[in-house]
Amino acid sequence: MERNIALIALFAALIAALGLVPAVMLPFGVPITAQSLGVMLCGTVLGARRGTLAVLLFLLLVFLGLPLLSGGKGGLGVIVGPTGGFVIGFPAAAFVAGLITERWRRGPVALSAGVAAAAGGAVLYAFGIIGMSLVLDKTPLQSALLVTAFIPGDAIKAVIAGLVTSALYRARPRAVLSRA
Amino acid sequence: MISLTSPVETRAHRWPAGAKLAALCIATMALFALDSVAGQGAAFAVMLALYAAPGAVFLRSGVARLRMLWPFLAVIVIWHLATATPAQGAVIALRLVTAVGLANLVTMTTRLSDMVDVVRWLAAPLRRVGLNTRALELGIALVIRFTPKLAAKGAALGQAWRARSSRRPGWRIVLPFTLIALDDAEHVADALKARGGI
Repeated sequence: MERNIALIALFAALIAALGLVPAVMLPFGVPITAQSLGVMLCGTVLGARRGTLAVLLFLLLVFLGLPLLSGGKGGLGVIVGPTGGFVIGFPAAAFVAGLITERWRRGPVALSAGVAAAAGGAVLYAFGIIGMSLVLDKTPLQSALLVTAFIPGDAIKAVIAGLVTSALYRARPRAVLSRA
Repeated sequence: MISLTSPVETRAHRWPAGAKLAALCIATMALFALDSVAGQGAAFAVMLALYAAPGAVFLRSGVARLRMLWPFLAVIVIWHLATATPAQGAVIALRLVTAVGLANLVTMTTRLSDMVDVVRWLAAPLRRVGLNTRALELGIALVIRFTPKLAAKGAALGQAWRARSSRRPGWRIVLPFTLIALDDAEHVADALKARGGI
């Protein structure tokens, strides 16, 4: 019980701390932030249930008014903003990433965690695009065009999530709960 | 850690947080149901008046927080000028700014402790069913405590990297960073158990 709470809280803090890392600019001025990498890692390392709880705890603190989203954003305004769908999709993304890492046990961890993180990213985009189309009153296809520039960045993050999870599994096999 | 609550003391700081949140829900639903430019314009004007009432400092910090919306407003303006539907574009743009503005207003005028009280109140039915909500409250406290701590450790990792390499620390730093979070969690769990557990 204590271990679960500590892991969930520390990974929620990890998502917040990764949000403080300055964004890397891709060509064309598209920013890549490390925050969604933290969300994917919650799923691939902690597993579906604890990973989702960690993300929910992080979001609760964001909604309560702490500036923990990347760029120092936070508060209730982010839900109704154009990127609110992505924020609401965070827990679902962590859940899917965790579920796939837990279930797919054959083969290297890097592969299953990487694919799991990519699937989580796809779920994140589904939520984000629906949210954007509601707020901006556009069709989902039109909203999807607005976010295509971010897809390469998230593909890179899925690969990194796979590699990091696999290295963590080698360093602390007992702590990677999605495989423990 | 600094929360987004405004240091400018307003009358709304003393209003009950639950009432403000309920009013915000109703106002947001009304905004999304309203489809006329005049109605959205009026709501926008009310929102600005609410920001202006506590004074210039409050208004300026409130407007600064809305500045992050400009790329989306630019897209809406260009889109609706190109498709010759300016009225629809005005409704969408005004609604976006008003909805985010009102939500930020609640965040700016409600202290973190009052918000946590609302969470505790919302969790009360769970306690009655027999669930332990102390875990939730402890989790909130732990995240608030450990986010600056972890961020400082991450900054130290970055400096250690720079001391050894001329290149900037890239994604490689994520692994030791996550490892720190995992190890810290084990220590925190031991400390919680040593103090009698939950």
